[in-house]
Amino acid sequence: MFEVGKVRQDFPLLKKAGESSKPLIYLDNAATTLKPQSVIDAVTRYYTDYSVNIHRGDYDLSYQVSDYYEKTRKTVASFIQADVNEVVFTAGASASLNIVAYGYGEKYIQEGDVILSTESEHASSILPWFRVASQKNASIEYVPMTEDGQITIENFIHAMHSKVKVVVIAHISNVLGYVVPIKELTEIAHSFGAIVVVDGAQSVPHIQTRVKDWDIDFLAFSAHKMYGPTGIGVLYGKYHLLDSIEPYYLGGGSNARFDRCGNITLKNPPYKFEAGTPAIEGVLGLKAAIEYIESIGFDAIEKAEHGLRSYLIHHLKEFKHIKLYNPDATSGIVTLNALGIPSQDAAIYLNSKGIMVRAGNHCAKILLDVLKTPDTIRISLSFYNTKEECDAIIEALREITLEKCIDLIF
Amino acid sequence: MSDLMKDPLILRQIIMDHYEYPRNHHLTEDEHYHKVHMASESCIDDITVMARIEDNIVKDVCFDGVACTISTASTSIMTELLIGKTVEEAEAIVKEYYKMVELLPFDEELLQEAIAFHQVGKQANRIKCATIGFKAIEECIKEHKHE
Repeated sequence: MFEVGKVRQDFPLLKKAGESSKPLIYLDNAATTLKPQSVIDAVTRYYTDYSVNIHRGDYDLSYQVSDYYEKTRKTVASFIQADVNEVVFTAGASASLNIVAYGYGEKYIQEGDVILSTESEHASSILPWFRVASQKNASIEYVPMTEDGQITIENFIHAMHSKVKVVVIAHISNVLGYVVPIKELTEIAHSFGAIVVVDGAQSVPHIQTRVKDWDIDFLAFSAHKMYGPTGIGVLYGKYHLLDSIEPYYLGGGSNARFDRCGNITLKNPPYKFEAGTPAIEGVLGLKAAIEYIESIGFDAIEKAEHGLRSYLIHHLKEFKHIKLYNPDATSGIVTLNALGIPSQDAAIYLNSKGIMVRAGNHCAKILLDVLKTPDTIRISLSFYNTKEECDAIIEALREITLEKCIDLIF
Repeated sequence: MSDLMKDPLILRQIIMDHYEYPRNHHLTEDEHYHKVHMASESCIDDITVMARIEDNIVKDVCFDGVACTISTASTSIMTELLIGKTVEEAEAIVKEYYKMVELLPFDEELLQEAIAFHQVGKQANRIKCATIGFKAIEECIKEHKHE
């Protein structure tokens, strides 16, 4: 049975906040999430109990830590319903997305090809493909959005054509929080012969991922947005695709053999993408993070986050001075502005009440043409947030004025 | 410290006025202007400041862009402060403004309405906003001197 009060005891920052009179209301979970003690312990355990490198040594400690490292790969594979040799450890979603753009773009994209994406993509998702397009004389096209910023199956079908070779899309947009119908879109894309690259940074922590069922070709996500450490993430790819593309960078650990003439024999996937000593503590922390999420369960996570979102929307929509951009989204992202107040001033005002939100364009700079505003405030929820925390931001937004924002500097 | 500076109501009024009705809030195609674009990585501020400097006099300063209240108001005040000043006077005003932002003693006379920001240094997250326009005009003057 999910109990938010109990769950909050697992997070040292929240626990400490509960004991202090100074509020700490963290509502920027789409940027990164707080870490539970079990993740922190897994990270420090590596340095305390192992500390040695993986895959190299003939000694027990290396064997043990390698085993732990490879067990994490199994944990990830089962978490996203993939095969174990389809899970590549990377430095994060950005690194994963770059590996795909470089590898697939270099090998398969030709002059005149089209990369289809959306205007709500994060910079990490779309910028690597901008470069591919410019190097290969290919072009980028965007699926038109509905007026409220959604991607529909109908619009997607209209945007698809035989020149589209790659579809790059976030399962959940980090600005508007809509969940796209990824399985349906993938089926359509495949019927045109295109592959589908999914940015799962905002979705993997919040809803059950089923890569095989959805039949997506690549998936990228970061550990730090799912209660794990920073600097570590995952690239999932169908094995035959991983096998057919070249790694973005080379080095120790990714090659099986090389000689003085420059001949290189790379290892098989996933290892050919993992040159150099990885963030071992990050991988072990990721394992703890997944185990933590599974101990709560996606049913409970979705129910908690959806409940908090509905509660927020129910109250905020009553305020005439608050503009809500995505009242109907189903993820934990609520995007808004206080009319007449730049988002940054509003965010700093909220900070004065101990409330942390994100102001700005959320790394999705082209979406702003759709929203018709240069920037927004983004509230992003996690299961560890409470109704009381929602009340705090509702109250702060009820009373916010430009004068109050300015008065903070006196 | 003068009474004016102690009254947040008056200071707030100055900032509100410059935010809602920013002065010299436009850009120009005139090639005689120096043009400096300032975009913050960590916030929304994205402004362009342009300045025409001739015969050692700052003849005109204007700006445009997307920015928060503090950035807009401080840049607006900066344009009014510097237009008509010699390059040396302008530099002195910018220097004095930075002193104020660093919470050091400063000359109120030189800064006029800009004293509305005399406490901004206490809010670390607003220092960037309060100095973005001044940094831009500093760049314009530097460019001018290199010509």
